[in-house]
Amino acid sequence: MNDVAIVGIGMHEFGRHDGVSGKRMGVVAVRRALADCGLDWSDMQFAVGGSMDAGAADTMVSEVGLTGLPFTNVVNGCATGGTALSQSVNTIKSGAADLGIAIGFDKHEKGAFRIKGPRGKDWYGGSGLALTTQFFGMKITRYMHDHGITQDALARVSAKAFRNGAMNPMAWRRKPMTEEQVLESMMLSWPLTQYMFCSPGEGGVAMIVCRADKAKEYTDTPIYIKAAAMRTRQFGSFEVLAPSTAIDRDPGPTTDASKAAFEMAGLGPQDVDIAQLQDTESGAEIMHMAENGFCEHGEQEDMLARGDTEINGRLPVNTDGGCLANGEPIGASGLRQVYENVLQLRGQAGERQVPNDPKVAYTHVYGAPGISGVTILSR
Amino acid sequence: MTASTANQTLVADGVFRLDDDGRPILFGSRCNNCGNHMYPRQSGCPKCMFDGAEDIELAQTGTLWTWTVQAFPPKAPPYLGPVGADFEPYGVGYVELDNQVRVETRLTVGTPEELEIGMEMEIVAQVLGTDDDGNDIVTYAFAPTGDSSNNQENGDAS
Ligand SMILES: [Zn+2]
Repeated sequence: MNDVAIVGIGMHEFGRHDGVSGKRMGVVAVRRALADCGLDWSDMQFAVGGSMDAGAADTMVSEVGLTGLPFTNVVNGCATGGTALSQSVNTIKSGAADLGIAIGFDKHEKGAFRIKGPRGKDWYGGSGLALTTQFFGMKITRYMHDHGITQDALARVSAKAFRNGAMNPMAWRRKPMTEEQVLESMMLSWPLTQYMFCSPGEGGVAMIVCRADKAKEYTDTPIYIKAAAMRTRQFGSFEVLAPSTAIDRDPGPTTDASKAAFEMAGLGPQDVDIAQLQDTESGAEIMHMAENGFCEHGEQEDMLARGDTEINGRLPVNTDGGCLANGEPIGASGLRQVYENVLQLRGQAGERQVPNDPKVAYTHVYGAPGISGVTILSR
Repeated sequence: MTASTANQTLVADGVFRLDDDGRPILFGSRCNNCGNHMYPRQSGCPKCMFDGAEDIELAQTGTLWTWTVQAFPPKAPPYLGPVGADFEPYGVGYVELDNQVRVETRLTVGTPEELEIGMEMEIVAQVLGTDDDGNDIVTYAFAPTGDSSNNQENGDAS
């Protein structure tokens, strides 16, 4: 099987862009990715792309070029962008093509994600239970109880995100905020306040992938995809929008996807120099540190107090500001993480470049209804 | 949500019933192969993959496994409770029913200081609002066991 490299990356700024369609942001990301490696749309042998709320990706060919290439639409919740990338990787691995592009973009209405209750269960939304924010509050409440995590740790994660976001020209929220400001903002779902949650957002990301042995033809700085794994929940996993959950406990799809990815890459958590972890809210980043194998449950409290996950820390986490500072355009979010890791591995992250000369970089997405995707990149 | 003499209508059919004391009983399923409990009712078992379960009624008491407080009004519809100026924060949690399943539920208590993981809970009826015909729309909630206010929602239910 062929190894796979990322040779070009492009992004449309995250945030709110009134009057700009989600698809247009995808097109801008595509053009920037092509420019990044000096290729043309007509060089692309295939495309895989998707959005959750902004329409079918393949319709963008009318704007980027009607070249007749095979274009596969993917819609896979929070793993949409990650799935576009992993399908692209598999296409190249299989030998079906040498060079192609993965695309994710999105645009959501303002306010909290409007999630409908489980189909045919009007009593659920009617009774006031169909809010994803409740799940995040309940999961971290139990976690804090079991593992001694405090609300201060939650605030530290948010403050770090906004600090990092302030150094990222592509980020939505670029104003630093103190732990106190985070704690004193409006309580939404105990113990999580307004600035501990990310918001639905807008943006687009594209990346050009090719057979690793041809990568140097397109770039001096190829980044290799060592693993791209996706998993869904197993029995006993505690998940969002569930009217009930089993008393048996399973560690969840994040742990499964993480183990699969490390196995694929032949690496372990100790080898990772930088990580982008799903931070739908600040508690999620804390729990995902352990679920992905980077620490024991409960260790996060001290790690955050020591600054281990800061840009100059032992394991920098969410160096671009994560979902908290970038918002979450669902179809683009997973690819944003990969984009940041490519920049960091190339040494092109500017002000927020991690100083530990990173060689291995890790991304993780998680979303409803219990899905997780992990990638591991290396120089 | 105070006591009312209006007629009652359940928020949905097939999810729970009220017993003779006006207390909800949730409808669950038990897998015929492995005994796994499910709520709401379904026949396929996610634990052992068997398709076939018997209808059962779930326990009316349990312990609080986790919780949060819904501090802003949900979008209405679908929410049937009061929004705007009439909105009051309400608790949401999972209550573990012994050897059965953890069910997601409203809690009658909406202040963090009064909620604690592991506390004993019992199911009660709770009025969300009124429908177009003036009937009280009833859903289920869990309340701390022995809370004297637990029966206020059902004033004349019996
Ligand atoms: Zn079974």
